[in-house]
Amino acid sequence: MTPGIRTDVTPSTDGALAESLVGLGRYLRPGAVSADLRSVFLQGGRAGDAFYRDRWSHDKVVRSTHGVNCTGSCSWKVYVKDGIITWEAQQTDYPSIGPDSPEYEPRGCPRGAAFSWYTYSPTRVRYPYIRDALARLYRAAKAEHPDPVDAWASIVEDPEKARSYKRQRGKGGLIRTTWDEVLEIAAAAHVHTVKEYGPDRIAGFSPIPAMSMVSHGAGSRFLNLVGGTMLSFYDWYADLPVASPQVFGDQTDVPESADWWNAGYLIMWGSNVPVTRTPDAHFMTEARYRGQKVVTVSPDYTDNTKFADEWVAPHPGTDAALALAMGHVILREHFVQKRTARFEDYLRRFTDAPYLVALEERDGGLVPGKFLTASDLDPETAAQARADFKPVLLDAEGSPVVPNGSLGHRFAAEDEGRWNLDLEGVEPPLSLRDLGSGDSAEVRLPRFDLDPEPGQEHAGGSGVVVRGVPVRTVAGKTVTTVFDLMLAQYGVGREGLPGVWPTGYDDESTPGTPAWQEMHTSVPAPQAIRIAREFADNADRSGGRSMILMGAGTNHWFHSDTIYRTFLALTTMTGCQGVNGGGWAHYVGQEKVRPITGYQQYAAAADWGRPPRHTIGTAFFYLATDQWRYDGLPADQLSSPLGTGRFADQTTADCLVESVQRGWMPSYPTFDRNPLDLCDEAEAAGKEPAQHVVDSLDDGSLHFAVEDPDDPANFPRVMLIWRANVLGSSGKGNEYFLKHLLGTDASVRASQAGPGSRPRSMTWRDQAPEGKLDLLVTADFRMTSTTLFSDIVLPAATWYEKHDLSSTDMHPFIHAFNPAIAPPWQTKTDFDTFGLLAEQFSRMARTHLGVRRDLVAAPLQHDTPDAMATPHGRVQDLPRTPGVTMPKLVVVERDYPNLHERWKALGPLAERLGMTTKGITYHPEVEIARLKRENGVVASGPYAGSVRLDSDRRVCELILAFSGTSNGRLAVQGFRQLEKHTGQELAFLAEEHEGAHLSFQDVSVQPRSVITSPEWSGSEHGGRRYTAFAINVEHLKPWHTLTGRQHFYLDHDWMDELGEALPIYRPPLDMHRLFGDVVPGTTSAAEVHVRYLTPHSKWSIHSEYQDNLFMLSLSRGGPTIWMSPQDAAKIGVRDNDWIESYNRNGVVVARANVSHRMPEGTVYMYHAKDRTVDVPLSEISGQRGGIHNSLTRILLKPSHLIGGYAQLSWAFNYLGPTGNQRDEVTTIRRRNQEVQYR
Amino acid sequence: MKVMAQMSMVMNLDKCIGCHTCSVTCKQAWTNRTGMEYVWFNNVETRPGVGYPRGYQDQEKWGGGWVRDKRGRLRLRSGSRLAKLARIFSNPKLPGMDDYYEPWTYDYDMLVNAPSGQHTPVARPKSLITGKDMKISWSANWDDDLGGSVETMQQDPILRKMSEEVSAEFEKAFMFYLPRICEHCLNPACVASCPSGAMYKRAEDGIVLVDQDACRGWRMCVSGCPYKKVYFNHKTGKAEKCTLCYPRIEVGLPTVCSETCVGRLRYLGLVLYDVDRVAEAAAVEDEHDLLDAQRSVILDPHDPAVIEAARRDGIPEDWIASAQQSPIHRLIQEYRVALPLHPEYRTMPMVWYIPPLSPVVDVVSGSGNDGEDARTLFAAIDKLRIPIGYLAELFTAGDVRPVDAALRRLAAMRSYMRGVNLDDERDDRIAEAVGMTGAEIEEMYRLLAIAKYEERY
Repeated sequence: MTPGIRTDVTPSTDGALAESLVGLGRYLRPGAVSADLRSVFLQGGRAGDAFYRDRWSHDKVVRSTHGVNCTGSCSWKVYVKDGIITWEAQQTDYPSIGPDSPEYEPRGCPRGAAFSWYTYSPTRVRYPYIRDALARLYRAAKAEHPDPVDAWASIVEDPEKARSYKRQRGKGGLIRTTWDEVLEIAAAAHVHTVKEYGPDRIAGFSPIPAMSMVSHGAGSRFLNLVGGTMLSFYDWYADLPVASPQVFGDQTDVPESADWWNAGYLIMWGSNVPVTRTPDAHFMTEARYRGQKVVTVSPDYTDNTKFADEWVAPHPGTDAALALAMGHVILREHFVQKRTARFEDYLRRFTDAPYLVALEERDGGLVPGKFLTASDLDPETAAQARADFKPVLLDAEGSPVVPNGSLGHRFAAEDEGRWNLDLEGVEPPLSLRDLGSGDSAEVRLPRFDLDPEPGQEHAGGSGVVVRGVPVRTVAGKTVTTVFDLMLAQYGVGREGLPGVWPTGYDDESTPGTPAWQEMHTSVPAPQAIRIAREFADNADRSGGRSMILMGAGTNHWFHSDTIYRTFLALTTMTGCQGVNGGGWAHYVGQEKVRPITGYQQYAAAADWGRPPRHTIGTAFFYLATDQWRYDGLPADQLSSPLGTGRFADQTTADCLVESVQRGWMPSYPTFDRNPLDLCDEAEAAGKEPAQHVVDSLDDGSLHFAVEDPDDPANFPRVMLIWRANVLGSSGKGNEYFLKHLLGTDASVRASQAGPGSRPRSMTWRDQAPEGKLDLLVTADFRMTSTTLFSDIVLPAATWYEKHDLSSTDMHPFIHAFNPAIAPPWQTKTDFDTFGLLAEQFSRMARTHLGVRRDLVAAPLQHDTPDAMATPHGRVQDLPRTPGVTMPKLVVVERDYPNLHERWKALGPLAERLGMTTKGITYHPEVEIARLKRENGVVASGPYAGSVRLDSDRRVCELILAFSGTSNGRLAVQGFRQLEKHTGQELAFLAEEHEGAHLSFQDVSVQPRSVITSPEWSGSEHGGRRYTAFAINVEHLKPWHTLTGRQHFYLDHDWMDELGEALPIYRPPLDMHRLFGDVVPGTTSAAEVHVRYLTPHSKWSIHSEYQDNLFMLSLSRGGPTIWMSPQDAAKIGVRDNDWIESYNRNGVVVARANVSHRMPEGTVYMYHAKDRTVDVPLSEISGQRGGIHNSLTRILLKPSHLIGGYAQLSWAFNYLGPTGNQRDEVTTIRRRNQEVQYR
Repeated sequence: MKVMAQMSMVMNLDKCIGCHTCSVTCKQAWTNRTGMEYVWFNNVETRPGVGYPRGYQDQEKWGGGWVRDKRGRLRLRSGSRLAKLARIFSNPKLPGMDDYYEPWTYDYDMLVNAPSGQHTPVARPKSLITGKDMKISWSANWDDDLGGSVETMQQDPILRKMSEEVSAEFEKAFMFYLPRICEHCLNPACVASCPSGAMYKRAEDGIVLVDQDACRGWRMCVSGCPYKKVYFNHKTGKAEKCTLCYPRIEVGLPTVCSETCVGRLRYLGLVLYDVDRVAEAAAVEDEHDLLDAQRSVILDPHDPAVIEAARRDGIPEDWIASAQQSPIHRLIQEYRVALPLHPEYRTMPMVWYIPPLSPVVDVVSGSGNDGEDARTLFAAIDKLRIPIGYLAELFTAGDVRPVDAALRRLAAMRSYMRGVNLDDERDDRIAEAVGMTGAEIEEMYRLLAIAKYEERY
């Protein structure tokens, strides 16, 4: 303060009077006044500041995170004052990723930042609840039958009583009860079901273990010890990109988000990163400053379009046409007009492009057939081990070569060291043309982009294109290469080849060209050409640093596998896969349990018994909710016009039955009989159980349950849901769930399939069952549709109230959950809940169950020799041989009375059999010895001396000890094993960390970087960013596919039948043609018919946060449907008007959000709008207005059901039918604006 | 010259993803209380859009900020202090609940406690003001992502000021996000408006605060602030506003909104300024001169004369050092890519913004040129999807030249760095075209792109 300084008064404020008042005031009160009289400087007077200092003060800060729904895996600071959680903020202490890159801090998003609201919110489940109707029945039964199991049986086996409580589901009436009572009922229901129907009639659903491995694993372990069924989620959510197993032989492996930074060219294709990958989006915005060009592909003006240099807006679901045209441009300009050495070299070494395919004669023409394999060559070559799984290519002289690295080399002892990508000097021609003059032949290829001929609507809009390929004769067969077939498929002509070829990019008459795609997508051909050129030129210039970030917008379609294959073709043909900054980056529901081996061992209870019952969620729900009865989709409607008629008279449901019978896909319940009884019967008959099953199937006395899902013997009886909201979020065909699985009111509007369109291999019962499930138990910390419809609601601890582990593929760290407070009220952690349930179950099991033998039917498994069950993918009718033509049949001992003891101790099999992940078996003797000291050992009882797993922290230590990603010793051990298989040096990737071992304390102090491990395909070696398949490309480790390379071509019979042997464009399903639905884009009376899409929301993550008051205050406070001004105008709807949206499957009530961001003809109802918040009654149904999935239902695609053949073999969450929902159409109408809520 | 220190912020709108994490973490930490339900010290607006509270930028209506009278004096737009005193009991220029929103909750209890009935229980909305059922028809962020654009977008005061027509058409859609906190102005109209002397600007760091003991709830500050960033707590009857998280700043932590910003777009730092020249600068005649006038008040912390004056005026050594390392000074004064929000309000706001650059290449490529070529890139800046006139109305009182210059520098950085990234080539001509050297571009790139925690705060 410098009161001495005075200047002439020039600038000033206010008028003269005010000035003089202030001027006067300076003499009346303390403080200095500035020369211009603008400021008064005062001392002190700041006691009031204490208010905000007090507000800021807190007692402690605890590291935790959020455990489900989202794959962000962000570490958070949870603030606590006076024992109350006050708020949270992001941690910023991630290990640095280097001086020349942005860091991961601060990871988080507004949803996560609003989480602590749940802790004390009025929607918090504080106590156990039961529906009053069931409570009355049970308490009365208990008076009559003191034994809980008998009491339970007396209710559920009495149709009248059972119906009475099931009808009440979802209609309120939940009453507070005690933990003792709910655990007793739940355990009794389990025991009764195991005894009467079989353990595989108990199902559990809980998704995304990476985000809370112990919470997920504790329940999964309990169910697997019971012999119950764990349902998959990744395929069920339609987040699984089926193209990934098809092309890579890998579930999903993608770059961490910091690797976007390394891309020179980034296309965000159906992936709205600022909304769906909020904590990672900055790498994209920042990479632009490094000169990255950014392109978005999205039908609406999305959040990420704000950052894009170009916005491409195709019609929804037509993306594959655009990608094909881009591929057309790249193939022409980099492989034909000019030959880009880097791209060609990449295709030779890392793809199936140079491999030979035999052409087959069909209906008077040639079609692409099977890969030529060693078994087709000279007798000596054909005599090699598994020669039928060793595909063949030609060397530069044109002689056939059997290169290393194919599936046939993977498991045979004599081929040890030959499972690698070393071509040993062979430089195979990509095209037979490269061998000089030769013959050519016309091949016939399918197309699906045509309008159906009038009168032929039922046959769909398919056709045939005839294109030429160079051919030669090898081993008596006419062959060409996959590359030559690709050029034909993409319409890239070459001089002198026969067939119909486009005349140029502007020729729209034949598939593949930029002009052709414009007809389907509306994207201007010049734009498609330009982006293709830039993408490829950037890849060439940067050594493969062109990336496509893809997401739900393109992955949730019925034909998403074909869409994704056209994308992957782009990143592969430009040599971008396995390169930092390049390749595919699939982000929807993907997750990476980094310490996968440890997690699996625990969650599958593989230390006690193998295999677990893991199944495909989509098919389970399709059958259990009777959606199959409304489907009747004829499989041959999907067939290629060049097919053999294999699917004639079959529905897609029949394809499922066939897949299960052949052991391709799992299905539980498996047989129409209790699998415990099957073992007893076998013993009585003096047979091996497997033989007994085969004989009984042969003589017709035993059937697969999938053939008759409406037989009460085949109902799922008990369902446990935790960390999930199936009924308010993921349940496609929500109304069918309510009607058939639960037996309560529903808004299903469809009629069931007529006699002509029912599945031929399934039993049709005239009366569709309603209320198949005896007991639905849900553990949650908040009220959702799932808790509202449950019979029993268990109060769960939140993520800030427990110990657990989190990891993701978005970043390379593992970090911890820690309790900021103890679980309040009567809540319990998932771990404690399942421990108590296991204890109760074991107690009742002593009298009711004892020790039993259980026959588990396990499907043909990926990454094992099972993948060679179907040579050449030829589907034939052969006698039943378990493990070859039908499921493996394995007897597992169930020690039910000791189940709880087993649940909380490490079993012997981890040490005895090792732990196998993706074909590598880890032996954890050293780790077990250490865990015995770290965790302590069981003091007494049958498992005295075993490692204790009786607390969530101890389980965390087990998971960290049992994986190479967190324990360098196992990483090195695994790589040494892989060195034997491949003959390549690999162990050095982990040796720098051989002595490192992350403990729970370590990951509580700070997120810790993982160690490079053969459990994954990328490398963190030397501190580099993780990108998928780096180890394959740099160290010649094969992909887990037929050729060991990335596949453009799939030669399985069913792929051929579907016309999808090669990447192809299939338009969205024509729901009008298939099911008589409305035609999008049309109008009738006061209704408009539109495409109905459900993208991920900005204000929720799935159903979580959609009920959070902060998120609701920042949005529109309840469900909305976004629509274009044009569509709104057609039906007289203004912004925020109440509307109803309906179709065959149900009805939704919401408010309209009318914005010019939306294209005409398409509406968005953001996923997942639960019915719990501000949803009135529907005018149409008279019932509560539904959820976003009230308008969808399950549709099975046969290509997802293939198994037992190379990379097309089942593994959990790796392959299976997707619960896709993007092809739906709906009708929107303005409704009465006076809404009623009850 | 009298040197004072000001804690300031720059937000890089070019990186803002509109996620609202800042709003939520701020709300949780500071305003998650009764009486404050509708209060968002930090909010994020989709532009074009009406903002929060609705249409706050329309000073014809709200009368916030200062105006320059014919004699060159600054006067509160809403009237002199005497005039304010005269209507102290009825202040007509306050936003009402419709302009903010009627805060609500839901009867969540029904989800747990609904008795057996005919229908699935539901939580319906209840007003937090009246406790009654309501239909939600406005919120803190109603027009997020162009929501309801047909209904309300044209009410955006900025659009109405622009000469260029902006229509709500799918093909021409554009948007960007504008996160806002209190501007902690050098010439705060709220402080000048307060009849109780309860508002003050801290001498050491310039944070503008309401003394909770002294506030008498006259709400003249609410009217006086042209940014509508002072709120009335209807429970305590006192005004509250963004405190720039002084309890954190005082112990060396960045503000909550900065540290939790996942877009990593917020920079915090000290600048030194000459308090004696503030009134003069705020009173320049031509609104287009306000930007340079404000820049001229900000002192160069490396200038020996400034350092000496700062020491003389009692600024501690470590504060001088902080000012020298401040990212704010670099962004405002050296790279000149950051611009103030509405300088024409003449409050000398100290939260500045880097304007959003997107998408340029689209336009260039559409015209058949090479979208990566630096020369064509520059030519296209006036053809941005976001009209430059819109940005100018926000940041430069309508003068497009400073916005254009800032965007050119960002575009040049992208172009220059693409050469480094892909070909390891440094084309200094690109830097020179925007009046920088290659080295400067690379420094700016490190600050904007790599943006380490220690560099941001």
